[in-house]
Amino acid sequence: MTAVVNGGVAKPKGRWESGVTPYAEMGYWQADYEPKDTDVLCAFRITPQPGVDHIEAAAAVAGESSTATWTVVWTDRLTAHSHYQARAYRVDPVPGNPEQFIAYIAYDIDLFEEGSIANLTSSIIGNVFGFKALKALRLEDMRIPIAYVKTFQGPPHGIVMEREYLNKYGRPLLGATTKPKLGLSARNYGRVVYEALRGGLDFTKDDENINSQPFMRWRDRYLFCMEAVNKAEAATGEVKGHYLNVTAATMEEMYERAEFAKELGSIIIMEDLTVGYTAMASMAKWARKNGLILHLHRAGHGTYTRQKSHGVSFRVIAKWCRLLGVDHIHAGTVVGKLEGDPNTTKGFYDILREDFIPANPMHGVFFDQHWASLAPVMPVASGGIHAGQMHQLLDLLGEDVVLQFGGGTIGHPDGIAAGATANRVALEVIVQARNEGRDYQNEGPEMLEKAARTCKPLARALEIWKDITFNYESTDTPDVVATPSY
Amino acid sequence: MRLTQGTFSYLPDLTDEQIRMQIQYALDNGWPISIEYTDDPHPRNAYWEMFALPMFDIKDAVAIMEEVTKCRAEHPNEYVKVNAYDARLGRQTTALSFIVNRPKHEPGFRLDRQAAADRQIRYTTHAYATDVPSGKRYKDVGGDRGASPPRSE
Repeated sequence: MTAVVNGGVAKPKGRWESGVTPYAEMGYWQADYEPKDTDVLCAFRITPQPGVDHIEAAAAVAGESSTATWTVVWTDRLTAHSHYQARAYRVDPVPGNPEQFIAYIAYDIDLFEEGSIANLTSSIIGNVFGFKALKALRLEDMRIPIAYVKTFQGPPHGIVMEREYLNKYGRPLLGATTKPKLGLSARNYGRVVYEALRGGLDFTKDDENINSQPFMRWRDRYLFCMEAVNKAEAATGEVKGHYLNVTAATMEEMYERAEFAKELGSIIIMEDLTVGYTAMASMAKWARKNGLILHLHRAGHGTYTRQKSHGVSFRVIAKWCRLLGVDHIHAGTVVGKLEGDPNTTKGFYDILREDFIPANPMHGVFFDQHWASLAPVMPVASGGIHAGQMHQLLDLLGEDVVLQFGGGTIGHPDGIAAGATANRVALEVIVQARNEGRDYQNEGPEMLEKAARTCKPLARALEIWKDITFNYESTDTPDVVATPSY
Repeated sequence: MRLTQGTFSYLPDLTDEQIRMQIQYALDNGWPISIEYTDDPHPRNAYWEMFALPMFDIKDAVAIMEEVTKCRAEHPNEYVKVNAYDARLGRQTTALSFIVNRPKHEPGFRLDRQAAADRQIRYTTHAYATDVPSGKRYKDVGGDRGASPPRSE
C-alpha cells in the first residue's frame, strides 16, 4: 500500500518480506497473461488518484477484489496463492478522458461458489469500491464463462415459454403500471386493472413501491386484481395478467404472498431489485417450481448504474439477473423519461435476449458472452412512453419486449380502456406495416394518423401527447461512437 | 364480442392482399406457414384443428393463399388462423399468428364465479359456443360478418 500512497515509489524487497509491497509486484499485474476459457473476466473503468500509476491501480483492484490485503501475510504461503490471485492483464486509456483507464482483470473460476450471485458480487464489487487509491471505479462489463453459467438456473420460463403460455406472437406485449402509485383502495385499484386489460393491454402491473401499506393491504389487492383479470379475459377471449408484487420485508412473507397469488390463479408475480440477489434467486426457483412468470422491477439501480465514472453498469446487472433468473426486467426505453442512450440500451437488450453477444465497443459491450442456451429474459420498456412513439419503439426495441404505457394508458382523456385500445391499435398498425416491408420508421406518424381516422381513442391519444418527448443528454454512453470514417 | 386473440385482431379484418403480404413476410424470414381452425375459442385452447400439415415446402404466398381460401370455404363459420413457425435454435416456436376468418356472430364468454372461503373466488371462463357439441356450434345465428374491432369507444 505504501507504494500506492507514495505514488508508486517503493524500495525493492523480497516477495515474502513483511511490510508493504506494490500490488503489481505481488503478481496482480501480468501483462502476458492469457485468460482461460473458464476465467471470469471483468472490465473496470478506473480513475486513479493523482500520482497513482494506472498499472499499479489496476493491480490494486485485482488484489483487493481477490486475495490481497494491504500488507504481506505469510499465510499466503500455505496456499497455491498464484491460483487464487486475480490478474490485471491489460490497461487501456479511455479516449478523450486522460484521467480514466479501462483495466481488464481475470479471476479463476475457483474463486466463486457455484450458482451464487451473492458470492460473485461480494468478491468483485466487495471492498474494492471504497479503495482510497482510486478516485472512482466502475464495473463496466463481466464475461461469465460457460462453465460458471451452467451452475445457474436462469429465468424460470424465458421468452419462448412465456409467449406459448400467453398465446401471443409476432408483436411486442403491452402493459401498464397502475397509477396513482400510492393511495388507491383495493377496489379502485382493481378498476384500473380491469379497464386497461379489457381495452387491449396484455398486462397490468403493481408499481415497485406497492407492497402492503395502510391504504391497501396485499391480500385485498390480490383478490380485486384477480377479479379484474378474469373479467377482462372473458371480455376479450385473451390470456391476461397482472404482476402481483410479492416484495416484502422478509423472505417468509414473500413466499406467503407468492403462494397466495398462485392459489388465486395468477399467471405472473413480480419482485423489486431492492430485495437483493439471494431473495431474487430464491424466488426464481419458486417461480419455476410453481409455474408463475417472474417480473423484476429494477428499483434503485439508478443509484449505482447511471454515473459513468463510478458504480456498476446496468449491462452487468442484466447479466446477473439473467443468471439468477427473472423472466422480465426493465431495461430502458430510449425515448421515454428515464436514462437511456440508444446504443447503450441496445447492448442491454442484446445481453438479455441473445444467446451469443459479440464484444461491441459502440454498444458498450467489452467481451464476447456465450449463454449456452440459458433462457432469454423479456426486456420491459417503461416510463414516459405513448402511442405516438410506437414506430420508434418497435424500431429501437424490437419485438420481444413489453411496452408499458402507464400514464399513456390511464391518462387518456376518454378513459383507461380507450387509452389501452389506442396503444393496441397503434402497435398492430405499425407491426403490420413493418411486415409489409413499408418504411414505418419514417412514415410511422402518417400511418398512425391514418389509423386514427377510424379509431377515435387513437386520435385523442395522438392529439394530447403528440409533442411529448424527453430529449436530454444521456450520462451513461459508450466511449466509442460510430462516425462516417469509423 | 370480438375475439382479440392473434397479432392483428384490433385492426379491421385483413383483406386477402393484406393476408398475402403477411405470408410473404413469413416466407422471407424462412418461416413455414400452417393453417388451423376451431369452434372452441377458449383462450387456453392451445390445440386448434390442423388444416393439413405445416407447409414446410411451399414458398409461394399465392399457393398458400389458395389453402387459406380452401380452409375458409370448408369452415366458413369457424375461427381460422394463419401461423408462421420459426424453427431456429433458441426459438423453435410460433413467430406470427393471426385470425383470418371468424364466425358471423361471436357470442363470447361467460365468467362463472364460485365464492369460496376467505373471500376467494374460483373463476371459470366459459365460451357460450361450447354449450353445444363441436360441429353444431355457430349454426343458429344469422347476420353479417363478425364483430368490428373495438375501435370506436
